[in-house]
Amino acid sequence: MKAFDTWERVLLALIVAVYIGFGLGIEGYLSPYALADSSYNFSEKALIALAMALLIVAGEIDLSIAATMALCSLAMGFAMRAGAPLPLMLLAALATGALCGALNGWLVTRWRLPAIVVTIGTLSLYRGLALVLLGDQAINGYPDTLSLWGNGSVGDLIGVPGLIVPIEFAVLVVAGLAVGLFLHRSVAGRRIYAIGANPIAARFSGIAVDRYRMRLFVFAGLMAALAAVLLTGRIGSTRPNLALGWELDAVTIVILGGVAIEGGRGSIVGTLFAAVLLGSFTFALGMLNVSGIVMSMIVGVLLIVSMVLPRLLRKLAWRRPAAKPA
Amino acid sequence: MKKPALFAAPALRREWLLLAIVAAIALAVGARAPVFLSWRNVLDIANDSSILAILVMGQMLVLLTRGVDLSVASNLALTGMICALAGRAWPSLGIVPLLLLACSVGALLGALNGMLIVRFGLPAIVVTLGTLSAYRGAIFVASRGAWISDQDIHPLIKGLPRETLLGLPSLVWFAAAVVALAALLLRWRREGRELYAYGGNPSAAVYAGIPVQRRLMMVYTLSGLLAGLSGLLWVGRYSIAFTELAAGYELTVIAACVIGGVSIGGGIGSVSGAVLGVLFIGVVNGALPVIQVSPFWQQAIAGAVILISVVLNARSERTTGRQILEHDALPKAAA
Repeated sequence: MKAFDTWERVLLALIVAVYIGFGLGIEGYLSPYALADSSYNFSEKALIALAMALLIVAGEIDLSIAATMALCSLAMGFAMRAGAPLPLMLLAALATGALCGALNGWLVTRWRLPAIVVTIGTLSLYRGLALVLLGDQAINGYPDTLSLWGNGSVGDLIGVPGLIVPIEFAVLVVAGLAVGLFLHRSVAGRRIYAIGANPIAARFSGIAVDRYRMRLFVFAGLMAALAAVLLTGRIGSTRPNLALGWELDAVTIVILGGVAIEGGRGSIVGTLFAAVLLGSFTFALGMLNVSGIVMSMIVGVLLIVSMVLPRLLRKLAWRRPAAKPA
Repeated sequence: MKKPALFAAPALRREWLLLAIVAAIALAVGARAPVFLSWRNVLDIANDSSILAILVMGQMLVLLTRGVDLSVASNLALTGMICALAGRAWPSLGIVPLLLLACSVGALLGALNGMLIVRFGLPAIVVTLGTLSAYRGAIFVASRGAWISDQDIHPLIKGLPRETLLGLPSLVWFAAAVVALAALLLRWRREGRELYAYGGNPSAAVYAGIPVQRRLMMVYTLSGLLAGLSGLLWVGRYSIAFTELAAGYELTVIAACVIGGVSIGGGIGSVSGAVLGVLFIGVVNGALPVIQVSPFWQQAIAGAVILISVVLNARSERTTGRQILEHDALPKAAA
């Protein structure tokens, strides 16, 4: 599977078009500060989208990923209330994420359940637990370091005043590189494609399919924890409705990024481009005072158009009837 | 592994089991708080469950064909808003035109899903994920973000769920009618049987000469139509229409189906099971405040119940379980 193919080029062209189009139309959109600001729009979502991309390529899905984020943030908050120092708080978040992911993975591999049903169930369960534990309260008063991670720039961190790249974006770039290299340049990555394309054939060719599935779910939990740490730091509080509905945003990013929902196809480059495209696009709409709900409508339409268009073009080009619907 | 007799006839057994669980919960709660079993409270629960039951019937048809309709809640809210706007603009509208409007707008939105899925061969989960956002945004555009509150809702829309017939609220009658029609379709009509056939094995269904594309269009249109009808009823019952109306309710609908034994993998599910799934959610949600458990528990309990019921399903249907994300029927045993 090529990491940079036609669809990635299309996305790149669209990103350039968005930046040039809105840059000419909106004053200040292309200023370095606005660009840095726009990255907050997609950094955390892109982090969970990376894990989601791996899962979808492997033919699975995790709809509970945003609810996992809420639980991770909650664990961090409770650790803080119990007087834990920052490293222990992070550990609490990561452990919670890994546990949530492991439960998903266990249900999927041990009981042979479809991931979509399992994670709809755990979505409800995790979000419900967050509601039970926190009620209508919020946890505030996180340490300044956490706020710096969420809001600060790399320059703040290493003491170079001019470097305004946000820390979140830097984390995303590192994570994107790591996940991209893993999927596109490692044996394990190739196997994930194989599992997604045909799990039975993959099993017969000696791949420990269930072990991969399990690890991918745990990885999704860990990425959710990472995203939760950054998001909690950025907004400075934990509420049970933290990141509500982000699972759909993450799936949208992955699908728009050219990953096939049925598994076996897609790239990390595309996923990252899609995250940047959606983030910069909605940031521009925000500068134009378009309300959030209209943005999500546009994103929904984009999602459908991005799938219909290639098929429509193929149909016109080949002049043959469409493939049988699934 | 020796299979216990409990799983010998899964479809039948499960439903009795579920019925017993629902009854046990109702009785246990009733023993602690007799008010729970009062006629008034039973009517409340029935009222609350009615709209869910209507939506679940539509969703079940879609699930049977290995699809999923995530856009039902957005469809419901959009149709509800359109009806509320129409009612405000033309106060002389009768209830029949309003019902027709709701059903046709809903059916249209559902048919759009169906068209995208059938014509372009797109996965249902992605298409309806897209229309979930698109329809939700369209409400904002249609209403310019404003709320339509009690005094602006057409009196007939408000009155509809409050009518009673033979001592039962009209919502319950609507639900009963929809459930009866769904049972008729799935049990005695060729079109309904063909849905099971298609869900069980799509390729075989094509070879058997089932007009697959027409059937798929039918289920998505029906799911939309029922969502539209629910929209009118919802707006009437709660006397309000706004952008975030019923947001996230699609998961409750799917949860009710799953609890009721409708398989996400297609081809398995019965009307009676789905109705019991609805009753389960209704009874649990109604019981929590009565036994003074924080309503915050609702969602967690629903999640746990979904997981338990799918695990139980998996044990009884191990050979037939399939994934929604797979395109072809693959034997699961080898995985």
